[in-house]
Amino acid sequence: MTCKTHICVRNLDVYYGKEQALKNITVNIPEKKITVIIGPSGCGKTTLLKSFNRLIDLTDGVRYTGEILVDNENILDPKIELTAIRKKMGLLSQRPCPLPMSIYDNVAYGPRIHGIKKKKQLDSIVEYHLKEVGLWEEVEKRLKEPASMLSVGQQQRLCFARGLAVEPEIILGDEPTSALDPMSSKRIEEKFLELKSKYTIVVVTHILRQAKRLADYVLFLYFGELIEHGPAAQIFENPQQELTREYMKGIIS
Amino acid sequence: MDLRKAEEKFFQGLMILAFMIIFVSLLLILVDIVVKGLPAMNLAMVTQAPKGGYYLGKEGGVLNAIVGSLTLAGGATVIALLLALPVALYLNVYLKKGSSVATFIRFSLDVLWGVPSIVYGAFGFTIMLFFGLRASLLGGIIAVALLIFPIMIRAMDESLKMIPQELLETSYSLGSTRLEISLKVIVRQGLSGILTAILIAFGRGIGDAASVLFTAGFSDYISFNLLRPVATLPLAIFFQLGTPFPEVRSRAYASSLILTVIIIVISVATRLLTKKFRHYVIK
Repeated sequence: MTCKTHICVRNLDVYYGKEQALKNITVNIPEKKITVIIGPSGCGKTTLLKSFNRLIDLTDGVRYTGEILVDNENILDPKIELTAIRKKMGLLSQRPCPLPMSIYDNVAYGPRIHGIKKKKQLDSIVEYHLKEVGLWEEVEKRLKEPASMLSVGQQQRLCFARGLAVEPEIILGDEPTSALDPMSSKRIEEKFLELKSKYTIVVVTHILRQAKRLADYVLFLYFGELIEHGPAAQIFENPQQELTREYMKGIIS
Repeated sequence: MDLRKAEEKFFQGLMILAFMIIFVSLLLILVDIVVKGLPAMNLAMVTQAPKGGYYLGKEGGVLNAIVGSLTLAGGATVIALLLALPVALYLNVYLKKGSSVATFIRFSLDVLWGVPSIVYGAFGFTIMLFFGLRASLLGGIIAVALLIFPIMIRAMDESLKMIPQELLETSYSLGSTRLEISLKVIVRQGLSGILTAILIAFGRGIGDAASVLFTAGFSDYISFNLLRPVATLPLAIFFQLGTPFPEVRSRAYASSLILTVIIIVISVATRLLTKKFRHYVIK
């Protein structure tokens, strides 16, 4: 690949207590492309994703070694400013998880904690990002209502807007459509494809067809090991490893 | 098949029996207080301090104890809240789930919860002696604050524990500090639980006699002076019941009725209040 690397993983090992969740992962994640992480459940996809924004720190008894370089900065360094790392990464989780506040305040939450105070500026940020995820028309008249009043699909788009409002460089999606109906899933996928010109996107999914629709670059994980990675066309059409081929054919899942 | 049905019926019966025992006890207590207290109940009871005849008054009322109890329990609740909320947030935001430190803190609090209130009274008394204080509103506030502190934390903790981990993860992923998560997300989501905890603690504080026996003393006048003794409803009931005069004893039941009504009013008010605050909560 000729494009630039955005996240550079070097010899990453992650342990939960005695159990090793990720084994010696080394991979470059390209900038402004959609990278899809595939593999069976419990193979470490989410762990890899959550080590990018250090959410794995929240798990008791977690240990990791290796390096993850983002903009030439090792984010696994214990001295790193965590809030700054996380500000760089917008997370879209499996189930939409709005904050216990109004629709407006959900989107304004990030900008507010990062120092934007002016009402006018916040108003335009909220409007811009709600439009960016295609939710504006639906909620324009009820911005003050609790976010919990929205449908699940709308909530997920709200969470998307909330993540974008902190102006991340990278979007992390942890099976972001698994709780959604087909229409809502489609809208989220379309947004990913639209936004890849502006952001580096990493998506975890166990839906192979979704991976094929989205991916520019693919990582195949199997029980903590990175079996194969490469451009989407190569992985899907001409995988080099036996395991990958079997997974693609649905022999293992 | 019949045995299984019989089992089912038997345990259902046990549950209904248990419920009836509790419900009937509560009813009996309320009826007893109302029947014995109502004859002695009059406007003067709640508008005047005691005066004239007998020890603790034949005329007048227990306004001194009502005001004393409200200020004492209110002050103790405020102090306990200032200490309890940070601890509850520390347990639920700053410590990881299942951390051994959290387990140890929770265990300690449960032990403190089980300590009898007279021990808090005695402990408060030693602290007062150390500072050269005598029985006073301040002494009572300190003793009751100590008594309700573990209750308040554990009640808050139990409700904050129910907050889904994803809400924390989401807030972290937006780049929040732990303080921001605590104050802007967790307190909002857990507000009704926090209010309930405050109410439980207040109810426990206003109803406790043993902890204020040595520490707050008693007075027959209304006082807001932190360094003077203050009357409280539980002690008023205790002293009034201890007298040989039927007139004064029936006043004890009227005082109990007043204390019960105060607690019911506060409970209902909190319920209504929490409903209002549940508006934004994520279910």
